[in-house]
Amino acid sequence: MSRYEPVIGLEVHAELNSNSKVFCDDPNIFGEEPNSQVSPISLGLPGTLPVLNRVAFEKSLRTAVALKCEITRSTSFDRKHYYYPDLPKNYQISQDYEPLGRNGSVELHLKDGEKKTIRINNIHLEEDAGKLVHPTDPGSRKLSWVDLNRAGMPLLEIVTEPDLRNLEEMEIFMQTLRGMLRYLDVSDCKMQEGSLRFEVNLSIRPVGEETYGTKVEVKNVGSIKAALRAAKFEIIRQTEVLDSGGEVVQQTCLWDDEKGETRPMRSKEVAKDYRYFPDPDLPPVVISDTWLISVENDLPELQDAKKTRFVSQYGIPEYDAGVLVSDRALADYFEDCCSQHDSPKAFSNWIMVELLRELQNRELEIEECPLTSEYLVDLVKLVEAGTISHNIGKEVLVDVMDSGKPPSSIVDEKGLKQESDEGALLDIINQVIAENPGPAEEFGNGKDKAIGFLMGQVMKKTQGKANPGICKPLFEKILRT
Amino acid sequence: MQDSAVALAKKLQSKEVSAKEVVQDLLPRLEKTNEEINAYVTLLPDEALKQAEEIDGKRARGEALGPWAGLPIGVKDLLCTEGVKTTCSSKMLENFVPPYDATVVRKIKDAGFIIMGKTNMDEFAMGSSSENSAFFTTKNPADHTRVPGGSSAGAAAASAAGIPVLNLGSDTGGSIRQPAAFCGCVGLKPTYGRVSRYGLIAFASSLDQIGPFAQTVEDCAMLMNVISGHDPMDGTSLSHPVPDYLKGLEGDLKGLKIGIPKEYFIEGLNAEVRGEVEKGIQTLESIGCETVEVSLPHTDYGIAVYYFVCTAEASSNLARYDGVVYGHRHMDATDIVDMAAKTRAEGFGDEVKRRIMLGTYVLSSGFYDAYYLKAQRVRRLIKQDFDQAFQKVDLIVTPTTPTTAFKFGDKTDDPLSMYLADVFTNSVNLAGIGGISIPCGNDSQGLPVGLQLIGPALGEEKLLKAAHHFQMAHGG
Repeated sequence: MSRYEPVIGLEVHAELNSNSKVFCDDPNIFGEEPNSQVSPISLGLPGTLPVLNRVAFEKSLRTAVALKCEITRSTSFDRKHYYYPDLPKNYQISQDYEPLGRNGSVELHLKDGEKKTIRINNIHLEEDAGKLVHPTDPGSRKLSWVDLNRAGMPLLEIVTEPDLRNLEEMEIFMQTLRGMLRYLDVSDCKMQEGSLRFEVNLSIRPVGEETYGTKVEVKNVGSIKAALRAAKFEIIRQTEVLDSGGEVVQQTCLWDDEKGETRPMRSKEVAKDYRYFPDPDLPPVVISDTWLISVENDLPELQDAKKTRFVSQYGIPEYDAGVLVSDRALADYFEDCCSQHDSPKAFSNWIMVELLRELQNRELEIEECPLTSEYLVDLVKLVEAGTISHNIGKEVLVDVMDSGKPPSSIVDEKGLKQESDEGALLDIINQVIAENPGPAEEFGNGKDKAIGFLMGQVMKKTQGKANPGICKPLFEKILRT
Repeated sequence: MQDSAVALAKKLQSKEVSAKEVVQDLLPRLEKTNEEINAYVTLLPDEALKQAEEIDGKRARGEALGPWAGLPIGVKDLLCTEGVKTTCSSKMLENFVPPYDATVVRKIKDAGFIIMGKTNMDEFAMGSSSENSAFFTTKNPADHTRVPGGSSAGAAAASAAGIPVLNLGSDTGGSIRQPAAFCGCVGLKPTYGRVSRYGLIAFASSLDQIGPFAQTVEDCAMLMNVISGHDPMDGTSLSHPVPDYLKGLEGDLKGLKIGIPKEYFIEGLNAEVRGEVEKGIQTLESIGCETVEVSLPHTDYGIAVYYFVCTAEASSNLARYDGVVYGHRHMDATDIVDMAAKTRAEGFGDEVKRRIMLGTYVLSSGFYDAYYLKAQRVRRLIKQDFDQAFQKVDLIVTPTTPTTAFKFGDKTDDPLSMYLADVFTNSVNLAGIGGISIPCGNDSQGLPVGLQLIGPALGEEKLLKAAHHFQMAHGG
């Protein structure tokens, strides 16, 4: 692209996976009947008070530590005021003056092998708002429904510095952060449930220019994919504005995912002054040395460390390790397999090639995979023992994904056991030689390639069950001696 | 004076009277007096009788009952009562029926108290005379041409008139102590955090505190035993153990050091009030207290700081009244912004709107540092004044109010003069400590004068003990 360089900063909103909301004990569940996951507190009824959910706070603290933030030792909550019907108190409890963490960083591994550090301005905990639902058939009156199930759900906001310079960096950053949040077990980051959302702050400037261009803030971006589309749209739009001699207007936009475009918010929709002040209902949280140290010590192994360990401990290639650690659950699955049977390379191959494809086809997460680690171990052992061939193994894997049955029973039920009996195979081989004199002669004359065709015929006659390790020496014995 | 609640409880325990008899005796008196003074927004005669019968049934069957079961009580109409309208004396909440009980309401229900009704107040607890109630004014039982004080106007008037003697109120800048002084009853504002605020409809969260009204200090101590303590639903409630305040009344005051802050005996103080309070101080000395002069140098800033802090918090706390989920809603709006604006224009009275506007201004960007942050800094200085004074003395004595009860309409045209009615009580809320107002004689027109004792944080035991012995010695 062009004479312009984008400057991108992100505000990432991750819904925490604590069992209950952040300031009351309503359940934190997605997708229930409207207004069924509410209580006087989350409805903001007069007289109710917030009390901080300790689990949600701990998860936020763990994330702040993992993002290498300076931890605010007396962190406090502030009220952010704006009027909107999905915000029951007309203020959101958030953190502005003393956010939980400041000045953190995330290291990116770019595709060219380079590393880049993205600075985190701050990380803070806040409550989510509800949702407005606009009925498709509102009748004669203009009507909107308010669903407050989401109101008060714990939301972690991670604000970057404007350090991202192109879409590739932006994508790698979002993927890396998503991986971390899942590694830390703080958020499920399920895009379809909106548990990972973004605000994209983007400006462009002529390449080589030091000062930033005019920033546009894009809200309402519900997934990594949408964030990339929104950024791309804005880069193109702003480029056109500048190229036609215009000036980019500083504004807040909404991303319309269906139309694939940003549109400026009406001035009424943009609060001019949030009137932040410390929430008198919530005392500051004081983080002691002991508490902080225990969080640091309990931090799970993160991607980079795990990748290095996989390479050294299991002797698998760096590329394989990279794929396996991309998701914590996947890495755990791999290690589960290795702990039951010592064939790391085989497991990594089966997972990377066959399993990930089947999961993707079925739109399943690894946690939902019918082929449990025990079943994959079973399968790999069957192949290693020569009970079934590698190709039959692939079919069995698909079968397990469909039926959920153990691989060995599928092999038994369907009679998929590899034929390794020399006597039985010899009959079939003699038949194949008789039926295909041409290729047989070629092989006899030293043309190794011809064995492929001959083996194919054997497989056809045995429904793929012939053990190639036994057939090949038999062909050689008959045709070359 | 009728039976104190503690005395009545003994009769109930010994079955000398039944709870039903207590309520049947009270109801006609309550209804007649209430017609004269308008203490109640909502009366609950049927519910009260039903509850009394339940308690009598339990007592007859020998089931476990708390010592205070069967005592009637009134509840200020900003404490949420499940299934019973809780209006804050505002059009905004005229028909609001909470689906839950405030923690204090649950506590008094669990202890077997019988709620007679919900008492009138200045709208959203903003005011010192009941003249800001959206419904009607409450009259001072001592003189019906005069205000009862506020904002816990109905609670103070009901206690003074004995309909019934026990009441729950709330105090943000004097809303318990000032009307107690005006009406001639006892009112305690506990240490911030001693009583749970859960279910108290907030005016200013860092200042609001629930407390008891009664005719005797002993009854206040009894009610404090019931309502105090940590509440997991209120993050600002204190977890310190609750002493037995009734038991704490025993003994004498020998050697108790009481400070007299010179900044409270000033020009604006009515000479008759001053005279009565000085007599009160002599009584304290006569029962063994030692008095010394102390200084609270930042007293002058109290009112200003108070109105920055309380309006800022109020503007935020009252933002939720937009007509979306509960409360008044303007039904003919063009869009959502219009709905919220018109709902609020119709639902709030003038004083509430005035404070929301002031508070919004205080928190606005560009003014926040100069007003809100500076006010918070001075607030710390005011607290420091008290801390330093309490290193020298056990308690502090002051007049509760600069004047006795004023006439209706006297101050309604001048909000600032109304604000000054709380000049001696505001600082206690800013410092987060406790204060109690006890009757201390009358002026020449027969209007009650209140004496205020102020204690250090969590000093309720000392405060109640001194107030109790003062009341026994001084009378009234």
